[in-house]
Amino acid sequence: MIKRPKPERFRLRRTMMFMNAQKPGLIKDAYIYGCDSIMLDLEDAVAENQKDAARFSLYHALTTIDYGNTEVIVRINGLDTPHWQEDIRVCVAGGADGIRIAKCESAQDVHTVEAAVEAAEKEFGVEVGRTLLMAALESPKGILNAYEICSASDRMFGVAISGGDFRKCMQTTFQPDGVDMLAARGQMLLAARAAGIQCFDTVFTDLDDDAGFEAEVRQNKAMGFDGKSLINPKQIRLVHQVFTPTEKEVRQAEKIVRAIEEQAKLGIGVFTVDGKMLDIAFVPGAKRTLKLAKACGMYEGDLV
Amino acid sequence: MKNAVGRDIPDYLLVDGKEVYQGKQYMDGKYIQKVGPRTRRYEKPQETKVVASLVDALKLCGARDGMTFSFHHALRNGDFVANMVMKAAIEEMGLKDLTIAATSLGDANDPIADYIEQGKVIGIQTSGIRGRMGEVVSAGKLKTPAIIRSHGGRPRAIEAGEVHIDIAFVAAPTSDCVGNCRGIGGKSNCGSLGYAITDSRFADYVVVVTDCLVDFPNFPASVEAIDVDAVVVVDSIGNPKKIASAAARISQNPRDLMMAENVAKIIASTPYFKDGFVFQTGVGGPSLAANLFLEKYMDERNIRMGLAVGGICKPMVELLKKGKVRAAVDVQDFDLDAVNSINQTPGHFEMSASQYANPANKGAFVNKLDFVVLAALEIDTDFNVNVLTGSDGVLRGAPGGHPDTAAGSKVCIIVTPLIRGRMATVCEKVVTVTTPGDCVDVLVTDYGIAVNPLRPDLVECLDKAGIPHVSIESLKEKAYSLVGRPDDLQWEDQVVAVLEARDGTILDVVRKVKPLEL
Repeated sequence: MIKRPKPERFRLRRTMMFMNAQKPGLIKDAYIYGCDSIMLDLEDAVAENQKDAARFSLYHALTTIDYGNTEVIVRINGLDTPHWQEDIRVCVAGGADGIRIAKCESAQDVHTVEAAVEAAEKEFGVEVGRTLLMAALESPKGILNAYEICSASDRMFGVAISGGDFRKCMQTTFQPDGVDMLAARGQMLLAARAAGIQCFDTVFTDLDDDAGFEAEVRQNKAMGFDGKSLINPKQIRLVHQVFTPTEKEVRQAEKIVRAIEEQAKLGIGVFTVDGKMLDIAFVPGAKRTLKLAKACGMYEGDLV
Repeated sequence: MKNAVGRDIPDYLLVDGKEVYQGKQYMDGKYIQKVGPRTRRYEKPQETKVVASLVDALKLCGARDGMTFSFHHALRNGDFVANMVMKAAIEEMGLKDLTIAATSLGDANDPIADYIEQGKVIGIQTSGIRGRMGEVVSAGKLKTPAIIRSHGGRPRAIEAGEVHIDIAFVAAPTSDCVGNCRGIGGKSNCGSLGYAITDSRFADYVVVVTDCLVDFPNFPASVEAIDVDAVVVVDSIGNPKKIASAAARISQNPRDLMMAENVAKIIASTPYFKDGFVFQTGVGGPSLAANLFLEKYMDERNIRMGLAVGGICKPMVELLKKGKVRAAVDVQDFDLDAVNSINQTPGHFEMSASQYANPANKGAFVNKLDFVVLAALEIDTDFNVNVLTGSDGVLRGAPGGHPDTAAGSKVCIIVTPLIRGRMATVCEKVVTVTTPGDCVDVLVTDYGIAVNPLRPDLVECLDKAGIPHVSIESLKEKAYSLVGRPDDLQWEDQVVAVLEARDGTILDVVRKVKPLEL
């Protein structure tokens, strides 16, 4: 039986690829495409009368397939269904890294899931606290309560918006410029950053619209997202390209961190490099770039 | 006697100067004595060579027991002609002890399996053998071992007289009344007739079978009237739907695309990827998709492909029309776009199988290949490839141009998923060696890339480009860890097929499969 290492609450999560947990052909080796996380779905992709079959398929996948460094998260059914408790038991027994709470609307929803997860951890002899949580916000209420949700538990590593349901609630449809979800994305990002957790954007469903996909991914990056949910492996490359710092950005960040450290030793607080003013406030940003670069395997230095 | 790929070749096959495989380019610099056919003189002008029936044509050519008939496979799985001819010869004329020397045989030739079982057909020489024919031969029902040759090995053997063709039957989409043939202009078009060309020049008799008689002269002709004895007009030479598919579509399968992208990355990492490079790819999912990714690298570096060698299909024709490829030469066209392009699109030419791949001539196109991208049924840790026998040991494939292009190219890339269903593609020992490992350079699977240790230069290219690669042993272990290690196949002693290396030495043999006992 595969024993996965203890999940890291904060790690590289540029890409989270959804797939139906009931389809062995899909989930048997989904890690080969190189996404950072895979999202095994027990919810919408699985027909109502197939929920049990999907749980069996999921359990056996989790316990027999070595997903290596690819994070394995499971989307469970909503709290308004009869399925979620059993879903949680399967996730914990199988050793999933994390659980995505569908249609999350309040801190109470997180607490409810957390209690069930803890009970399952005790039931199956899993270290209490091992299983991470993330929330999917799919309604206006979820967005309005984003901060309390994001800060509801130490298990929470991130929050994501689910575009399909959210647009329906808002009586709008997909807009190429993203204006349909601009406010929601912004509010969720504010909440996530305030709570110190990661934030992920929704899926882009038109697989033939390469230009539209790229525009959305670039907007995601510009808005400050950590990553994006995907529905097809062919979407991975572009997201990684956009969310991975460029060689130039890495060199620049390295330069900034070094320069500030050196100048600080000399008692200088503010100075210019390449014509740009720098002070201590630039360090966290530069270090974040280096950490991301390190996680992406393109920085091997010791500054972070 | 063990050969250079470790296969035990029975001594009784090593007669008349036959040798076991000694390694790539073993025959380089040696000499070949070419033979010429004994052909009938037609000094008296003929109004027409059209005869009323296949039987009439057979009689005209003096068909008798024990002869060797040749066929080409440009009509692929849509071919009606081989079956028609064998039926006329055996059922109408009562001939027996016949040998079929075909450029390839497919499911379309299933009816011929009956003639093998009846003992009427006693020999098969081909590049590919599939369907029921593969099964009956593997069951030991053919009187003499089948001889499997590559597309280049076949014209070599014909020219050297190792196979003597008594009558060549040329299925022709169009012909005029004296036998000038083309692969276009009719109702069963196949484009290139490259596989028929050597046969037409080295057979004692040549019979053209067409379903579209056109005005004289049908030029430029692939098979020329100067070699043709008779023309037979039939209702239909094949099923057009199975001859050339609608445009070959590039796979959308993410697994194929991922492998294809890696293939292109590897190509772009080598010093051979420069303006004017020569390229060939198969039409399998990931091989074909490699075109797409390669185009991006060509644009990025602002280089053009000098020559595409084929097997050609739509994606390559498009590159040619866009001016990104200077020329394409092919022995075979896989889809209607390619069929309609050959000899029409400037730079798109036909070549014969000998010109394509014959290791004993003075300038085969395969020797100019920088890259070839090929598939495999199996590949073992010595990089030996099998494209002939299934995991049950039964004949169901074709070396085709695989060994020729692998041997001739500077970089031979095999692209295949690590497992197919419950079978490990990367394995310890392939069932049959069809392409020796010393000709195979890189393996691309969905689980990782491996470079043949014989090519440290390519290891360096991949490392420099930051393309991760692993040992082929680790891929094999991964495959076995997923699907388990298969039991050894059980064989009987009887050799049912001899697999010739392209140079004529013996690369491997296929034995009779022991019936499964439960």
